[in-house]
Amino acid sequence: MGTSRRKFIKISALGFGGVAVAASSMESLGINSYLEGLALENSLEKLRQTATYCEVCFWKCAGWVHSDSKGTIHKIIGNDIDPHCNGRLCPRGTGGVGMYSDNDRLKKPLVRKVVNGEETFVETSWDEALTLIATKMKGIKEKYGAESMGLLKHGSPGSHFEHLFKAYGSDSIAEPAYAQCRGPREAGFALTFGSWVGSPEPTDIRDTKCLVLIGSHIGENMHNTQVQEMSDAIDNGATIIAVDPRLSTAASKSQHWLAIKPSTDIALLLAWMNVIINEGLYDKDYVEKYTLGFEELKDHVQQYTPEWAYGVTTIKPEEIRKTARIMAAAAPSTIIHPGRHVTWYGDDTQRARAMAILNGLLGSWGRRGGFYFKEKISIPKFPHPPYPTPKWGWKEIGEKYPFAEMGITNELIKASLPSADNVHPIKAWLVAGTNLNNSIPNKKLLEEAIDALEFMVVVDTMPMEITGYADVVLPECTYLERYDGIRSATNREPSIALRMPAVEPRFNSKPAWWIAKQLGEKLGLHDYFKYEDYKEVIAWQLEQMGTSLEEMEKIGVKKFPRTSGPMYLQEGQDYEFYTSSGKIEFYSEDLESQGFDPMPKYTKHPEPAPGYYRLNYGRSPMHTFSRTVNNPNLNDLKSENDLWVNPRVARILDLKKGQYVWLENQDGVQSSFPIRVRVTERIRWDSVYMVHGFGHNNKKLGRAHGKGASDTQLISQVAIDPIMGGTGMRGNFVKILKENPFKTVEV
Amino acid sequence: MRYAMVIDTKKCVGCSDCVVACQTENNVPIGYCRDWITERVEGAYPNLELELRSERCNHCENAPCVRCCPTGASHIIDGGIVLVTPDECIGCGACIESCPYDARYQHPEGYVDKCTFCHHRLEKGQLPACVSVCPTKCMYFGDLDNPNSEVSQLLKERKHKTLAPEAGTKPQVYYLI
Repeated sequence: MGTSRRKFIKISALGFGGVAVAASSMESLGINSYLEGLALENSLEKLRQTATYCEVCFWKCAGWVHSDSKGTIHKIIGNDIDPHCNGRLCPRGTGGVGMYSDNDRLKKPLVRKVVNGEETFVETSWDEALTLIATKMKGIKEKYGAESMGLLKHGSPGSHFEHLFKAYGSDSIAEPAYAQCRGPREAGFALTFGSWVGSPEPTDIRDTKCLVLIGSHIGENMHNTQVQEMSDAIDNGATIIAVDPRLSTAASKSQHWLAIKPSTDIALLLAWMNVIINEGLYDKDYVEKYTLGFEELKDHVQQYTPEWAYGVTTIKPEEIRKTARIMAAAAPSTIIHPGRHVTWYGDDTQRARAMAILNGLLGSWGRRGGFYFKEKISIPKFPHPPYPTPKWGWKEIGEKYPFAEMGITNELIKASLPSADNVHPIKAWLVAGTNLNNSIPNKKLLEEAIDALEFMVVVDTMPMEITGYADVVLPECTYLERYDGIRSATNREPSIALRMPAVEPRFNSKPAWWIAKQLGEKLGLHDYFKYEDYKEVIAWQLEQMGTSLEEMEKIGVKKFPRTSGPMYLQEGQDYEFYTSSGKIEFYSEDLESQGFDPMPKYTKHPEPAPGYYRLNYGRSPMHTFSRTVNNPNLNDLKSENDLWVNPRVARILDLKKGQYVWLENQDGVQSSFPIRVRVTERIRWDSVYMVHGFGHNNKKLGRAHGKGASDTQLISQVAIDPIMGGTGMRGNFVKILKENPFKTVEV
Repeated sequence: MRYAMVIDTKKCVGCSDCVVACQTENNVPIGYCRDWITERVEGAYPNLELELRSERCNHCENAPCVRCCPTGASHIIDGGIVLVTPDECIGCGACIESCPYDARYQHPEGYVDKCTFCHHRLEKGQLPACVSVCPTKCMYFGDLDNPNSEVSQLLKERKHKTLAPEAGTKPQVYYLI
């Protein structure tokens, strides 16, 4: 970690040119350092502050973009009143300026053409590119129906295309944020409490007395207020219990690090329930008043003793009992954190259920220091005609998975494969803001599906790998250069945030709303896009909400009072949960009726064969997925990932710190690029670990190309969650190759 | 007035926000930095201690970089802040060699550069950029001459250390441990 302070990589575009002149004038102010003078000059020249909310990750922190009269962005600072960041952006938000200044950005619309017998991208005009897309979309609609046009999306641009697709007649929409990320916890918590966890998570960390993290590495995932509140909790003397096969940053802050054998978390959760129930440590009044199925649960967990769990998890029985008592003593101010990226082993919804049930036993849902009742304010819909009703959509595509509450990317991808019995055929994709190659496991399936498509459009700011497969590539401008939908997310109190352009779009890039509107116009959907500038939509919505664009430009963020009642359950309060029974469901008849286990069970998962190590992956705080690796500011902080290897393993394989190795998984898939070995005690000997998102193979990503290995590439075994369709990705095993397997070919 | 920085290693997650905030605040060219993250692991799995900390110029009371500077470019101003005047710096690198913390680097423009405690911000009553941005609020800044300041209180109440105390430089960046 850290920057080499000697290595010259690239001088920033920020000008040093005219500074010498300014320096002398600074001396009159008593400034004796010329660089000080420069910095002071920057602050004296009344930098313009423009409201935005960040798009480097999904947390969407609101901030102020400081730019000068020449249109140079100097810095981005958090908005003090924003509940997502409290005035403090994370490194990615602070380095968001690099997303704008990256010269590797997509610059002009590109169309795939055959030139001299070879397929290549040719620059084209916006009008030509959009006309081509609209023509193809019309063709798909006539030939197969609008439903056969699929949208794969992420983040703010996705919502504009979602509107376009619904107006066009397709609801075949999915995003990796569900089936590759948080879907199982949403399903598991919804089945138990009748409520999604959602984002930001309604975990009352700042007031908690005991935070239990199951493989969730807050601090490496830089979900801003989660990290801030974990720090507050440390200040307040809260106990942290971290369950992780790796000494994560969070585990290093914990009082109790349970170095669990990977894939056995449910066994530990069940043993904790066993102790808490059998020792009478659960919240009896809460369980009596609000829950359903306690007696069944009690019977069910008798088999899962700490002694049994010891043999499964490698966690000692006394350690299991001790931690169970600690979390019960702190209850209800105890949080069994739902985690975020939870698609691990295929029984992930059941693991989320076990976590939810444990929270229920401790009475932490709806309690201070546990989970608060979240609230958001709804943004008025800008008037447009009703959407047509598609014959089928994401729900039907994913119908095998009864508890999926969003589109399942992997099912939409499968529906794109030619097959006679496919009743929901997808024939073309629009991909917006998501690099599928580095988010969807099972590369072979993805490539087969892409091959079968009749047409594919990719909208992105960067030449991510997925753009290389497109027929048309559209350059979107960054969040710093555009208006976007008003941010409204669930929190302790409702709030909204404004994003407006701080600078003009660079190159020939355009905002997603503009692209969607142009396509809409060309498809004869004008009535859905009755505005010239998205600013008009925002201004109208803000007025409906009792504020105005002028006010929001000045304050950036506005809070609204709660209307749904208190954040926590009141003493003895009657409360109906949004489950089928109106109770917190320890025993789920909904699951049972669909043929699933009504209460979570432990299932044994595949283990590494001799010579293989489980491939674990995670986050680094300075990057978001694969999308930020080329950002000049963030690449400067971390330009490649390392392979964490336990010293015992390093000794057996004679691996040296800093040595480059290649990886080969159980199916013979080899990493395209070498990865640097990091010998560390922080990882178990049965696993290796790397940060996700590296190993880019698009040469147009000048800084990211060929740096590090891609975990996604090595994930060819996928354990599908039968409840909601999530892709369990932690059942892949790698061996370490010291010789370059591609020696004979150019790497 | 004696400026000091106090950093709580119990809270730091090593995210490098301090690094990038410093770079954008002070126009530090990409590829260089005035502050950085250090990670130290002790013990054997699973009995491990991990310390993460944000490091920078220690603004030493007994600063070897100032003593060895042949031109006087390196100097100490009120509050004990060690600064470099680029116009007076000949880039000889003696200070870089003398610093036990490896806190200085040669700027591509030819002079030596390092942390200034964001002294231009202090003049406006603002905290250093790294302190003001840190999501974990693990960094504190203030006047050690004032016994009631937050930094004085923290050093009074909490166990702490400085880096390389054996160098005798009297560093003014303190780490709560």
